[in-house]
Amino acid sequence: MSAPASGLAQIGKSVVVKGELSGSEDLYVDGQVEGSIALKANSLTVGPNGQVKASVDAKGVVVQGKLEGNIQASDRVELRKSAIVTGDISTQRISIEEGAYLKGKVDIHRAEVK
Amino acid sequence: MKLFRGSSGSETVREQASQKLTRRSSGLGELSRTWESADVLCILDLGSTSATNIRFFTEKGHRIYSEDLLTASTDPELLMKDEQGNAVLDSRKFLADNLVYPAAHFDAVLCWNLPDYLDESLVKPVVGRLWSVLKPGGMLLAFFHTRDAGPDSPCHRFHIVGGDTLEMKKIVLRREARRGPTGAVHTAIDGFQLQRVFNNRHIENLFRDFASIKFFLARDNIREVLVVR
Repeated sequence: MSAPASGLAQIGKSVVVKGELSGSEDLYVDGQVEGSIALKANSLTVGPNGQVKASVDAKGVVVQGKLEGNIQASDRVELRKSAIVTGDISTQRISIEEGAYLKGKVDIHRAEVK
Repeated sequence: MKLFRGSSGSETVREQASQKLTRRSSGLGELSRTWESADVLCILDLGSTSATNIRFFTEKGHRIYSEDLLTASTDPELLMKDEQGNAVLDSRKFLADNLVYPAAHFDAVLCWNLPDYLDESLVKPVVGRLWSVLKPGGMLLAFFHTRDAGPDSPCHRFHIVGGDTLEMKKIVLRREARRGPTGAVHTAIDGFQLQRVFNNRHIENLFRDFASIKFFLARDNIREVLVVR
């Protein structure tokens, strides 16, 4: 399991957040979040203890724990083997480790040609 | 002697997990004509979540939905007692939590070997729900064992690697505690065991509401079934 990098914004495993979360830096969630998460140009990592019940809009999303809600990622989504995801995923690239659980639709959108 | 230099249990499990088998599937070959010719299809994959399958379909421009029903059926919250006090799975709760889609939503459903390993109480309700979420003319592919080969009937995850070619990987025992789809902790999932062996008549009965059924008998004691709603 990858540990959060130092200097990264973190929600620890004993923390519970309800509401709208938005920011302009990468976020590591190992606690509970309920609501919505918007990190347009940054990445969200749901740690192994993380339990997120929210719609997620981010550049990249890595899931090691549990995420319930739709994921909109402008770049990529990674589901690690311990991931449990219930919701639709819309992204450019996706990687799924064997053992990950996904219940939902996957929509891969192509990068816009400049 | 080499025989007595046995590897540890965890090594054996890892070895088994890494074993990949490739098999040709006539049913998949026939079904693949659908996704080679049509515009945008809605496909439901009921096997273990497979990045290979997701890539396969999304690269063709189709919409893929993934729902691992076998894993979902291990949710301890589904356990209830029937009138005789026997432990059974609550099929109503299962269908309230799973396979929740609008009617006639899918062009194709990949059932793989789900009916062989799914608990008895869930098989008919699940097939009934699949009928309703399939479009008229939509197709469903399922695999059935032709005999109970005991430990030689492992449950596999299926990855589509070609028009009629599958890569199969054995789903190994999970002995570690793991959170199930609802977040409940499963102390142990002892793998998936073959629940029964359907004969042709059982299969025809199971899919009796469908418009047509086609059997393909493979060499590896698997009967492939392609049904059309």
